[in-house]
Order: sequence, then structure tokens, then C-alpha cells
Amino acid sequence: MDHPVSISIVRYIVVLPLIGAAINFLAGAWLQKTFGKRIISVLGCGVVALAFLLAVREFFAMLALAPDSRFMLDSLWPWIHYGGLDIDIAFWLDPLSMVMTLVVTGVGGLIHIYSTGYMHEDESYWRFFGWLNLFTFAMLVLVLGDNLWLMFVGWEGVGLCSFALIGFWYKVYPNTTAGNKAFIVNRIGDLAFVIALYSLFAALGAVGHPTLVTREVAKYAPMLAGMPGYLGMTMVTFVTLMMFAGATGKSAQIPLYVWLPDAMAGPTPVSALIHAATMVTAGVYMVARMNFMFVMAPATMTVVAVVGGLTALFAATIGIAQNDIKKVLAYSTVSQLGYMFAGLGVGAFTAGVFHLMTHAFFKACLFLGAGSVIHSMGGEQDMRKMGGLRHHMPITFATFLAATLAISGVPPFAGFMSKDEIIWQAFAHGHTVVWGMLMVGAGITVFYMFRQVYMTFFGDFRGTHEQEHHLHESPPSIAYVLVVLGLLSVFGGLVKIPDFIATFKPFETFLEPVFSSPLTRQVVESGIHSRGTEAALGFVTFTMVVLGWLVADLMYRQKTIDPERFSAAFGGVPYNWVLNKYFVDEFYDFTVVRPYLAMTRALAWFDLHVIDGVVNLVATVTVLVAWLSGLFDSYVVDGLVNAASLVTLDVGGRLRKLQTGSINGYLYGILAAVMVILLVRAMLRV
Amino acid sequence: MSGAVGLDHYLVLSLIIFTLGMFTVLTRRNAIGILMGVELILNSANINYLAFAYYGGARYDGQIFAIFVIMLAAAEAVIGLAVVLAIYQNFRTIDVGATENLSG
Repeated sequence: MDHPVSISIVRYIVVLPLIGAAINFLAGAWLQKTFGKRIISVLGCGVVALAFLLAVREFFAMLALAPDSRFMLDSLWPWIHYGGLDIDIAFWLDPLSMVMTLVVTGVGGLIHIYSTGYMHEDESYWRFFGWLNLFTFAMLVLVLGDNLWLMFVGWEGVGLCSFALIGFWYKVYPNTTAGNKAFIVNRIGDLAFVIALYSLFAALGAVGHPTLVTREVAKYAPMLAGMPGYLGMTMVTFVTLMMFAGATGKSAQIPLYVWLPDAMAGPTPVSALIHAATMVTAGVYMVARMNFMFVMAPATMTVVAVVGGLTALFAATIGIAQNDIKKVLAYSTVSQLGYMFAGLGVGAFTAGVFHLMTHAFFKACLFLGAGSVIHSMGGEQDMRKMGGLRHHMPITFATFLAATLAISGVPPFAGFMSKDEIIWQAFAHGHTVVWGMLMVGAGITVFYMFRQVYMTFFGDFRGTHEQEHHLHESPPSIAYVLVVLGLLSVFGGLVKIPDFIATFKPFETFLEPVFSSPLTRQVVESGIHSRGTEAALGFVTFTMVVLGWLVADLMYRQKTIDPERFSAAFGGVPYNWVLNKYFVDEFYDFTVVRPYLAMTRALAWFDLHVIDGVVNLVATVTVLVAWLSGLFDSYVVDGLVNAASLVTLDVGGRLRKLQTGSINGYLYGILAAVMVILLVRAMLRV
Repeated sequence: MSGAVGLDHYLVLSLIIFTLGMFTVLTRRNAIGILMGVELILNSANINYLAFAYYGGARYDGQIFAIFVIMLAAAEAVIGLAVVLAIYQNFRTIDVGATENLSG
């Protein structure tokens, strides 16, 4: 590990999407007009596909290395060398970033291809692909940066692309405000992340190793043990908490999750790529990347686990009552990200990253399926107006169902392998409360997902006749992508099978070198190791899954229970709260947004009246003084000058009469003067 | 008074020539006549220089100054004649009375 393998191919993985973005932004409009949209499609998808192929090639190159030396470094050029801070533009490929790179370019590439069908009618086709490519580039920088600053550059880059793509249809006002909301809420988290980086750098400097290069931070972080930090915490706890605060922004955890549901204003491929499969997992990736520090701060680990568990449960309950097909998936994403954090927090790093990967498969599939439905419904997103679509869209239905089974955790689908592992690990590491939340959350997940499936694909069609006439299966570019993702949702989890079924886990073995610091090993290994207990608890979870499905089935397929009467049984109050998302947006509006706006208004008033008043007063005084100065100038100064010239003129006028022009006259004058001088001298001498 | 020629003789000669020159300059109305008077005045000064140099202690100073004066006189004559020519071209006369037109 001290001597990473030096290679120079990672840069091409990163740069290819950037080239695509550059061409699209600089010449896209012209290309589209001249050669049609096809060339934009080829360019936009081609660069990502190429990057994916390179990543696959590197993956096999990595497998050929010994597990302990699977670290590849591609150093481009020195970036910041100042005051002990040595940062290069360098890319660091290890098993963890390898997994992320494959997900970003692989799933991302599929979504690019999907977009060629989904966005085909849009006139800003080139702009869309420009931003998608730029996003892919930024995400790869985030994932592959060998130091935390470069990671932060990517972190901000994906935030920018997210903002731009949420507001892609900017002519509709709510879309732009949704983009603003995402951007502003993310700023809060980003600030915490920057504070974490500065504090970490300062602390490492205090022990004589100022660095932000991730592998060196890993080497020196143990020296920070016991160092006092800020706010009464130890340094490690403070730094990791701040990092996690950054992650709650980017990865939509309590309390900063509110932007993600609104982000659904963007085109559906964007929701799939950025707000489900890749960008929102950046926080998970970051925590996993910094695992060696998080394990040094048990308090932070507990916070991560509890926040993750709470988010998983909380967001799942909101998902129950949503009627917008994408909003359900948005809250589902928030919930599933909660699972990932819960996994990381209890010390099951591999399980968290594993769920990140499988989630990318099935959630992308779900979102793209939803996009296919919306496409077919002519832009309609309200599930209450759908129904019976399985007859019209068999491929979409089949893949959507596969992904639903995956997210529900039905064996042997991908979600089962990863989610069950997280839930079990929470219990095994003694976080019983978190375990309870995750398990209940799992049941609710199944409920809202099957509610969605039944409302959308079963029953009778509830939309207009015109919409029904228009229903159709989506074009091949959409359908094939759905099939690939559906297959991944089914089989993608087979790389790590729970211990109580079989001992087959190449995924865990592959990632092991990343989670190999002594303390991480200790945390990971701690807890219960009992296949019997694991199997029993797996059965309990599965019971929850079946229960969730059963309730959904009774309510929305067989309709033997009327959901409205069910909610009325509790007086409608819980339903009302869930429907309105627990009034969290209203709460934030009341506690943060309104006071903030009031403050800005007060400041604006202050600016307008006090500061501007002072400025205007100064201006008035200046004008007055200038006027007085002008008077002085034109009367006193100019008067003196004019007087001097007048006197000169007058004297000159008198003297010129001496100039007679008679040479003899002058000579007499000279003679007379000489004589007078001589006379005076003679008299004075005597 | 002995027969030897002394400093006084030279000074008297110089004075006579200076007076003649001054008289010429003051009374002539012909511009060239005035220039001639000026030459006389300059040469009277030269005689003084040489006389003092010969009878005084300084051996070469007076002679060098005399050479300077001759040079100066030559330059002065050139410029003076040029002025006279210019006057002639303007007024068709070299009577200095004509230049009274130039009065201030």
C-alpha cells in the first residue's frame, strides 16, 4: 500500500465525459442543428460508454494484482503546494473507488442511453447531454480524487450539475425554485464538510503531518487519538461529525433531506442518475472512504447509525401517502440511503457500500420505469389517474416488478442480499433500536412499493380516454435499458450472499483492503457471529416483508380494506400528517426560511435607509463643498491671476513708448546710462 | 617729458580712437558708417589690452583677449552687415532713420 501501482489510464476515464461535455456545450447547438440529434446521442453516450469500458479494463487489471496491492495512482500535475499543503491533481483507484466508478459509468451510461429516447422531443437536447456528461465527470472526480480537496471539487461539481438539471425545464417556475432549494440546502452540508476539511488539516498539521491526501490521512489519523477538538468534543469526533453533516446534505438524510423530493422536478433520467443512483450516494461513499476516522469516534458512529435508521423509517412512512409516482420513489430513495448510513454506522461498511450498488441498480430501474410510464401517459405523474398499465406496457411492468421485488428484499433479488445484511448487522453490533427501525422500515417499504405497483399497473385505467388511446410501450432505447437494469436488479446481488445461506462473498473480499485499518477491522469483526440468529432474524424480516405486501395487496389490489376507512379509524390525523410529510417543510419554512427572509428584508431596509442615507449625505456634503470651492476658485484665484495679467498689460503699454525705433536715440541712452553709472561710482568711491 | 613712448601715450591714442568711434556711431545716419564706428571702438579697446599687457605684469592675457575681440568684431560685422542688408531689402535705404517704423 505504500507503493501504489502507478498507471496512466484513470485520467482517460475521468476526462472522456469532460470532453463530451465540452463539445456539447461549445458546439452542441450547432451540431444538433446541422447534423441532427443523432450525433449528440452518439457523442453523449459514447464518451460514457468508453469510460465504462476503460473502467472494466482497469477492473480486470486490478483483479490480476495481489489483494494487498490493488491501489493504483494516476498523478497528473501538482496543484496546490503552499504552506505544507501538498495537493496534486491525482486519481486514486482502489477497490472502493473501482466499485463506484463502475456504478457511475455503468448505470450512468445506461441512463444516458435511456435519455436518448426519453428526451428525444426536447429542443435543448444538446444542453441536456452536456450537463449529464459534466455530471459524470464531476462524479468521477469526486470518487477518484486522491485527496479530500479534489473530492470536494467533485462534490461541488455534482451539486452544480444537480442544480442545473433539476431546473432543466426552467421555463416552469417551480422547477427553478426546486433547483434553488436543492442547491441552498446542500450549501449547509457543504459548509460543514469544508469545516471538517480545515479542522482535519489543522489537526494533522499540529502533529507534524499537514496533508489532505486520503491515503496519508489514513496513515496519520491514529496520531489524532485523544486530541481535544472544538465544542467540547475530541478532534476526531468533531471532524467526523462535520463530515457526516456534509453527507446529510448531499445524501439527503435527516435533517437536510427536504431537497430531494422537490428535486423530482427535473427530467426523470436526472432523477434516476443523480437523485437515486449516483450523486446522493456521495455521502455514503465519503463515510466509507473515511472509515478509518469514523471508527475512531464511536459517538459519531452511533449518530450515523441512528440518523440512518431514523431516516429509513421516517421517509418510508411519508412514502405511504404520496400520489406522485416519482415522489414515492424520492422518499424511497431517502429511506434507502438511510439504510446505507445505518449500515455504515453500525460498522458494516461493506454492507453499506453493497447496498449502495444494488440500490443503484434497482432504483435506477424503478425511476426509469416510472419515466417510461410518464412518457406513455403524456406527462401525467399522478398515480390516481393510472391503473391497468401492465397490459399496455409489458416490458416496463416486468422490469418494474423485478425492481420492486428487489427493493422489497425478496430473496434472491439484489435488495435482499444487501438490505438483509444491513438489518442483521445492526442487530449483530448491538444497535437493537436501529435494528427495530430498519425492520419496520422494511415492512413499510414493501407496502408503499406494492401500493405503487398496484395503483399503476393493476386495476382499471383511471385517466382520460385520450390518454388511454395514447398508451404504448416505450421505444427500444428505453425498453432495453429497463431490461438490463431489471436483470441487474435480479442477479446483481449474487456477489455477496448472506452467511446463513452460503459462503460466497467475492464483493466483500474485493473491498476488504479498503477497510483494513486495525481499528476498522476490530469494529467490523465485533458483534455476534451466529448463523442461527442471522437466519432467525432474516425470517423475522421476511415476515415483515410479507406483511407489508399483504396489506398493500388487500388495500390496493383486492380492495377488501378501504384505505380511507382505515385512516379514518385513527381519526385521519396520522394520515394527514403523513400526507403532508409531517409538515417538515412548513416547519423549516416557519423556523428558518421566514426568519431568514425577514432578516434579509430588515437588512435591505437598513441598507436602503441607513447606509444609503449616510452615503447620500456624504454625497450632498461633497457637492456643497465643491460648490464653495468653485466659488473661491473663480473669484479669488482667478481674480489674482487676472489682476497680475492686467497690471502687466498696463505697465507694458506704458513702457513700449520708450521703444522709439531710432538707433541713435538708443545709443544716446546707452551713453547717458554709462555716464550716470560712472558718475555714481566715482561719487561713491570718494 | 622724455622721448620714450610709455603707457600714457597708448592710453591717449586709445581714448582718441574711442572718442572718434563714439562720435561716428552717434552722429552717422548711414548704417554702415555706424558699423565702422563700432569697429573703431572695439580697436581702441584692443589697444588698451595690448598696452596694459605690455606694461603690466600679465604677459599673454591681454594679447589673447585682443584676439578674442578681433574674432568678436568679425562676427559682429557679419551679423551687422546681414542686418543692414535686410533693412535695405525692406526699406530700399540704409538710413537708420527708416527703422523708426519699428517703434513700439
